[in-house]
Amino acid sequence: MLMLRCPNCGVTADETELAPGGEAHIARAATGSDDAAFEAYMFGRENPKGVHFERWRHAMGCGKWFHAARCTVTMQVFGTYPAQTLSPPDDLLEKIDAARPGWRWRDLGAGHRHTHDHHDEER
Amino acid sequence: MKRRYSAFAIAREALRHHSGWTRTWKSPAPKSRYDVVIVGAGGHGLATAFWLGRNHGITNVAVIEKGWLGGGNTGRNTTIIRSNYLQDPSAALYEKSRSLYETLSQDLNYNVMYSPRGVLMLAQTEHEVRGYRRTAEANALQGVETEFVGPRRVKELCPIMNIDGPRYPVLGGLWQPRAGTARHDAVAWGFARACSDMGMDIIEQCEVTGVTREGGRVTAVSTTRGEIGCGKLGIVVAGHSGRLAEMAGFRLPIESVPLQALVSEPIKPCMDIVVMANTVHGYMSQSDKGEMVIGGGTDGYNGYNQRGSFLHIEETVRALVETFPMISRLRMLRQWGGIVDMTGDRSPILSKTPVENCFINCGWGTGGFKATPGSGWAFAELMARGESPLAAPFGLERFREGRFIDESVAAGVAH
Repeated sequence: MLMLRCPNCGVTADETELAPGGEAHIARAATGSDDAAFEAYMFGRENPKGVHFERWRHAMGCGKWFHAARCTVTMQVFGTYPAQTLSPPDDLLEKIDAARPGWRWRDLGAGHRHTHDHHDEER
Repeated sequence: MKRRYSAFAIAREALRHHSGWTRTWKSPAPKSRYDVVIVGAGGHGLATAFWLGRNHGITNVAVIEKGWLGGGNTGRNTTIIRSNYLQDPSAALYEKSRSLYETLSQDLNYNVMYSPRGVLMLAQTEHEVRGYRRTAEANALQGVETEFVGPRRVKELCPIMNIDGPRYPVLGGLWQPRAGTARHDAVAWGFARACSDMGMDIIEQCEVTGVTREGGRVTAVSTTRGEIGCGKLGIVVAGHSGRLAEMAGFRLPIESVPLQALVSEPIKPCMDIVVMANTVHGYMSQSDKGEMVIGGGTDGYNGYNQRGSFLHIEETVRALVETFPMISRLRMLRQWGGIVDMTGDRSPILSKTPVENCFINCGWGTGGFKATPGSGWAFAELMARGESPLAAPFGLERFREGRFIDESVAAGVAH
């Protein structure tokens, strides 16, 4: 059974205690966006065979949302991190680089990634 | 040319120690170019090739498959065939498919063991009663034969069912008498044999590794068995559609999740219909071998492991034991998962793509087997003529235009 550590309360919870919340880090299309942008926001998904970033909620525990990085093939969990961020933390990305050389997810994969300075500015 | 299968052929072969049977389909090496290349030799891909040949006279076709024929979801489903959908485009497509199943064994000269034993979808809440009554009325208008039946009729149709369950008593059901099951492998094998007879090449163990494009058109696919040129490309790969679309240079509104099924040890005949219980989430039928074939729910998160989450087995079995108390001591023989491709509105995609001569057939989610012949019929028409009345509402553009075919709640399908 899939087990994830909730970064909010520190409990390592079974899948039965958690509610999956779909793909992580999807930015809502802004007011005035065209149909294509709304389509991408509502229906466009990475659906990777490999490393994936997801939202989860510790529904039967502390009730709070968090993020997880997981492999959709082997079910390996690379780590969890708080919901209050626009992108995964650097140490987690480096951990995934080491475990899965050549991985890719949007622009986050090894070799595709830029420094995170601009993300910090957005925050 | 293959010999026809018949009672006479069996008698003839019996007299010569069965030495005259030939391989069901040829396994040639790929040619350098075909008019049409279909990726994916599951039921839908093979059906597409079959109708391309039968209805549109296009026989210079290759069906390429990364594993073995029918080894994906075609061989992993619970073989249920029904067409009791709420929305008109769905009912038209699935009823076309169901009606093709009626004569498929004769059309293919291959026994697909279509068994119109009837499918009963249980109503176990007031909302479900209202929903299925509405579906029955819609089906009457669509020309799909269904009927809403009361609890007493449910008990007559399926005596082993406990209709007075403590949590969810059976309040009625949506009964489709000409729905049923078929032998899933035979459907794939039958289509493969017919395609091979028309001179098409079915190439197994041939994985697509890239799609070559020139000026917005596909010119060839790279495979583990070399480059294969194509006039038109059809992608029919279910759970891996997103991967192929990425190679062809466009995105799909699809997420892939495992859906599980399991079968019990064989027992004496005890249930001659298919029962789906969507509130408690489980469905069951009895195979000709006597095994109880059980289907459950999908994982709530993306996955490509053909196994699924254990908790869903527990949920499914718990629900079914409550509904069918006699199965509580059955031992389960096998459990497996298939990767199903889910769209936002839970309806399939039969569509042109941003790449001019590339077409996609996917998004069948948890209910693709029933659609196999109809899906192939419509997709072949779309590929051959550029348009198909059955496929038209299922285009990719519906997600941008907000023109959904919303079956995620309408049909009460076990999603």
